[in-house]
Amino acid sequence: MVKINGEHVEAAGQTLSQYLASTACNPQRIVIEYNGEILPRENYDTTVLTDDDQVEIISFMGGG
Amino acid sequence: MSSNLSNSIPSEAEMLQILRQRHGEARQEKISSATVAICGLGGLGSNIAVSLSRAGIGKLILIDFDRVDISNLHRQQYKASQVGINKPDALAENLHEIAPYVTLETHDIRITDQNAFPLLQQADIICEAFDDAAAKAMLTNLVLTKMPEKYLVAASGMAGFGSANDIRTRRVSSHFYLCGDGVSDVADGIGLVSSRVMLCAAHQAHTVLRILAGEIE
Repeated sequence: MVKINGEHVEAAGQTLSQYLASTACNPQRIVIEYNGEILPRENYDTTVLTDDDQVEIISFMGGG
Repeated sequence: MSSNLSNSIPSEAEMLQILRQRHGEARQEKISSATVAICGLGGLGSNIAVSLSRAGIGKLILIDFDRVDISNLHRQQYKASQVGINKPDALAENLHEIAPYVTLETHDIRITDQNAFPLLQQADIICEAFDDAAAKAMLTNLVLTKMPEKYLVAASGMAGFGSANDIRTRRVSSHFYLCGDGVSDVADGIGLVSSRVMLCAAHQAHTVLRILAGEIE
């Protein structure tokens, strides 16, 4: 199980891009912390989720 | 710039003395020697700039490509007489009246991943104060991955009439702070309310001062 935003998710084996496509997240509006480090966007396609990974997806809201 | 000022305003030494008494000498020294970049000069950025200027920040780098619009006046630190003026110049004029000894650098430009590095290079702390969600994410990704030595204070979620108490500051990682309620998006029928945007801006400005004071949690 992969821990994503505090919840255990069956996502091992998918790339982050594949996982994101299965959610309502807009990849243009997010920042991803992957195992404690901010992950560059160019790595979303190549980062394969594995069990025990810790992922935090921060979705920005508009307004300022 | 000082030619615009009346002779009756307080001297730099007098204003610094007042700040030292209120903030403590060591803390004020850190605040007075810091450079902060403010990316976006709308409801967040213009209010952050006023707070930090009043606190005696050393230097502000003010960046926005926009002009003052009538729709900005309800929440942004501009005057009705400034509609149509580019925001960096209009804000610099207002800050100069409030806090004449703060050093200001203005850039009438849209920040992109191409120009961000030279614009932000001198800053100790960067405030993300855009309104567009994609622009917020772009800048946050850029700063945290390409300029990891900088502190970033960003904002997400402050639209509408929700409780003031839902606006908070979270330290996401060692150099990344996020202010806001995290969920209130600008959508049809949910606009930006001056007081709540100012709350979020105050969280950002206060976080900047706390980082400078060494209160990093």
